[in-house]
Amino acid sequence: MKKVFECEATVENLTNASAFAEAELEELGCGMRQMMQLSVALEEIYVNIAHYAYAKLDDNGKPIPNTGVGPMKLTVDSDEENVYLIFEDEGMPYNPLEKEDPDVTLAAEDREIGGLGIFMVKKSMDDVLYEYKDNKNILTLVKKL
Amino acid sequence: MLNINETKDGANLKIALEGRLDTTTAPQLEEKVNGLIDGVTDLKFDFEKLEYISSAGLRVLLSTQKTMNKQGKMVINNVSEEVMEIFDVTGFSDILTIE
Repeated sequence: MKKVFECEATVENLTNASAFAEAELEELGCGMRQMMQLSVALEEIYVNIAHYAYAKLDDNGKPIPNTGVGPMKLTVDSDEENVYLIFEDEGMPYNPLEKEDPDVTLAAEDREIGGLGIFMVKKSMDDVLYEYKDNKNILTLVKKL
Repeated sequence: MLNINETKDGANLKIALEGRLDTTTAPQLEEKVNGLIDGVTDLKFDFEKLEYISSAGLRVLLSTQKTMNKQGKMVINNVSEEVMEIFDVTGFSDILTIE
């Protein structure tokens, strides 16, 4: 059964979005491991939307984090095989799957602080789908139950 | 929610974490570490009661590890299976010393 959570995409609302999703996932009988992976994935995607989806652009066209807010919608859905977390926002078109993966084999000194989030999502989910439709970014995370 | 319990004895610092190390709580740990790390040569984290870690938490661990590489050593104890999996996926298990 589909459950929907809507809020203003701010980092402050992350706790509410996580609590909503975790309660639903628990009801679906998700194990600890899946729960953790889904929660981490949710946080990474949610925070990305909160920071950038509605951000203003600097002179070079790069978004400045936390300079604008707008709505986001999170849907938890499931079928017999999978659970789906669907994120929708009306911000600037952005496909996080196009981001290059960080080199996770480097030593601490050479590692960059950023870029890990979406990488963790791609690694831990069974599938991640992006589409831009009706002026909305729609990102779907798929995890086998 | 994150509880941070630290004990400092000279150059030895122990930090036990309880709860969630995420986007909202990672800045608390960062601030705590930054306030205490000067002169520390032996830093031990206890993750026994750490339930959750996201990339925001990993970022703090990475920057702390970089600091400790210059001034001493850092060890993480009692890592749960779920947290370990996050370390494995991100290559952090090679960067951190986990005992």
